[in-house]
Amino acid sequence: MSLSNLIQNWNSFRTRRPYEGQYDEAPYKWAMVIDLDSCIGCNACTVACYAENNLPVVGKERFGKGQAMHWIRIERYWGADEAKATEFPERGAEYLPMLCQQCEAAPCEPVCPVGATHHSPDGLNTQVYNRCVGSRYCSANCPYKVRYFNWWNYPDQAWPNPLELQLNPDVTVRSKGVMEKCTFCVQRLRAGMDKAKTEGRILADGEVLTACAQACPTSAITFGNWADKKSKVARMWKNQQVNLAKNSQEKSEEGIRGYRILEDLNTYPSIVYLERLRNLEA
Amino acid sequence: MSHSVPSHPQMDVQVERKFVPKQKDLGADVTWAKINKDVLKSLEKPRPVFWVIFFSALALFSFGVYCEVYQYQNGMGVSDLNNPQVWGLYIATFIFWIGMGHSGTLLSALLHIIHADWRKPIYRYSEAMTTFTLLTAALFVLVHMGRLWQFYYVVAYPNERWTWPNFTSPLVWDATAIGTYLTSSLLFLYMGMIPDLAICRDNARGARRALYRFLSMGWQGTDRQWANFKVAYMTMACFLMPLAVSVHSIVSTDFAVSQNPGWHVTSFPPYFVLGALYSGCSGIITLFIVLRYVFRFEAYMTQPILNKLIKMTFAIAMVWTYLDLIEYATTWYGSDEVAKADLVYRATGDYALQFWGMIFCAMVMPFTLLIRFVRTNYTTLLIISLILNVGMWLERFQIITPTFAKSHYPWLWTAGWWPSWVQWGIVAGSFGWFTMLFMLYCKIFPSVSMYEVKEMVHEQNMEEKAHATQAEVHEAGLLPEMEGGQA
Repeated sequence: MSLSNLIQNWNSFRTRRPYEGQYDEAPYKWAMVIDLDSCIGCNACTVACYAENNLPVVGKERFGKGQAMHWIRIERYWGADEAKATEFPERGAEYLPMLCQQCEAAPCEPVCPVGATHHSPDGLNTQVYNRCVGSRYCSANCPYKVRYFNWWNYPDQAWPNPLELQLNPDVTVRSKGVMEKCTFCVQRLRAGMDKAKTEGRILADGEVLTACAQACPTSAITFGNWADKKSKVARMWKNQQVNLAKNSQEKSEEGIRGYRILEDLNTYPSIVYLERLRNLEA
Repeated sequence: MSHSVPSHPQMDVQVERKFVPKQKDLGADVTWAKINKDVLKSLEKPRPVFWVIFFSALALFSFGVYCEVYQYQNGMGVSDLNNPQVWGLYIATFIFWIGMGHSGTLLSALLHIIHADWRKPIYRYSEAMTTFTLLTAALFVLVHMGRLWQFYYVVAYPNERWTWPNFTSPLVWDATAIGTYLTSSLLFLYMGMIPDLAICRDNARGARRALYRFLSMGWQGTDRQWANFKVAYMTMACFLMPLAVSVHSIVSTDFAVSQNPGWHVTSFPPYFVLGALYSGCSGIITLFIVLRYVFRFEAYMTQPILNKLIKMTFAIAMVWTYLDLIEYATTWYGSDEVAKADLVYRATGDYALQFWGMIFCAMVMPFTLLIRFVRTNYTTLLIISLILNVGMWLERFQIITPTFAKSHYPWLWTAGWWPSWVQWGIVAGSFGWFTMLFMLYCKIFPSVSMYEVKEMVHEQNMEEKAHATQAEVHEAGLLPEMEGGQA
């Protein structure tokens, strides 16, 4: 990068996101849509994630200290107006499943001193456990705080014999001192992509799902290949008028519910949330 | 300007007066032989208080080691760090120690380059302070790591897999900058010590003699050696100067490069550098008083020198205060609402006590340095200098903790996070480790530069002689025509 190049293209360096245009031809770009109107806060996605990805159950005390390891968490908020509106304040509970947003310009990636977290061509924000030294800078810089650090050595504690037999053999059991996060069930994706490659095709829509999407009883989570314009997830992004490459969305009419969380921080997340709708009169 | 001022007898007298200092940096009774004797005595039998300080430091350090071993065995969880609060005291104290080091370099390198001679009796221990604070700071990088046994991944070392550290990460810049700074300041400290080590060699016996002989590298004090030494020392000083500025700027990028509210501030690099110089200067004042008492250096660490040091500290404190206030002002008047909320939270939230403690200790307390009693009473000054550094430590604490407690994402707003005893133990241990190393250093190596104090005495004598003869000449009415350049 020469100095003249830097001066001439200064504006584009300031505004262009990383990897822009780099993976346009890639056959896969994994993305998600979460419909908050469908979410009933049942935590099935969280349980499925614990089972699929060998997440340790940390216990009440450590959970209370904020050391939980849930890659997907159900956040509960109270809609103040709605709670007041009826005699049932429980109706005011609003749920938001929060998981790694697999940002296209992830704040965690450039700050990792050893490059343990990096971007994959299919749009995942991957974490290399073997390389991680545990500086926790990625977590410090993540605006969503969806990176989870192994504060304790869970392989020794979380699965007393014979519980270790229920561990998923496709997923590493992480030792103390490494950072981990939602992978979009990368073990399933890679297995499916390898199979499809052998058969000389690309994955069909819905052929591979993340554990959370699979477990959701109300189908609030839609997962798929955004690069395949006919896939459900790509069509939903389009219908919701969410542009992956923009940091603020313009809607043609009111009532279009799609939005991305904290996108004004230029993170370009891969997950679109659909706003919750409630009829307060009912 | 080449044209000379017309010579005027009265004006010459004024010029004369300007160059006569009120009080000399060193007393008139300091002779070359006395310097050797006094400084070499510090290597022998110190006051009993030395052993009190040393063993208290050793005890603190041992407790810190115990805490670290406990954390190593059980995982980082014992420190009570958690999801938003991932850094805690470790990084806060890391910045504190890195900062402490900067003033040593300022004193030894910058003041050497600009020929401020008053630095000569006190620069050696300041430079040692730099080295040991950097060693302490490096400890925190390791203590803070989740997998400290893999720390070398951060270093760019050649390996068969061609995996490199991530050069866009400020932590890699950190590791590089601190490594460079530590190496060069260690070299600089050692290099400046060589003539003194030769004096020690000539006066020591047994194992110590062997040590000094090895370290002094055959120094004999020949003209050629002195000429080479001066050039090399000056070169090293020039090399070290930009480094001292760059290191803390780079440490500040750990924060400024990230997008957290309260950290994403353009003015962070100068703010951090000034904060570093500030805490370093008060650290030097603390050690000045301690060494003066413990090793009986009253003849070298004198009131005029201390006064200059205090003036410098006060000036730096004021610049730091200014930078701190404009940081708040830019946030307050800026458009980033989250950063603004974070600023309000700092001043009024769970960590308001630490915030206002910092304001009091680091912004208000320096004004006590304007009082003559504080400057001349060593006990009071010792306490004040410690308070200033407590303020600077609080400053680092309140940069880190409130930002994590209330950043962009509301679900993780946590109230009242507090570090566990393991973190406090390791922080206390770091103070023990630094004090222990520093005290050992002062016991083994000359902590006052003998040859430079001799230079100073020599220059002071020459100056006095010159003044004496000029005064005589002037009184006799035989003042010769002055050169234009002297006015």
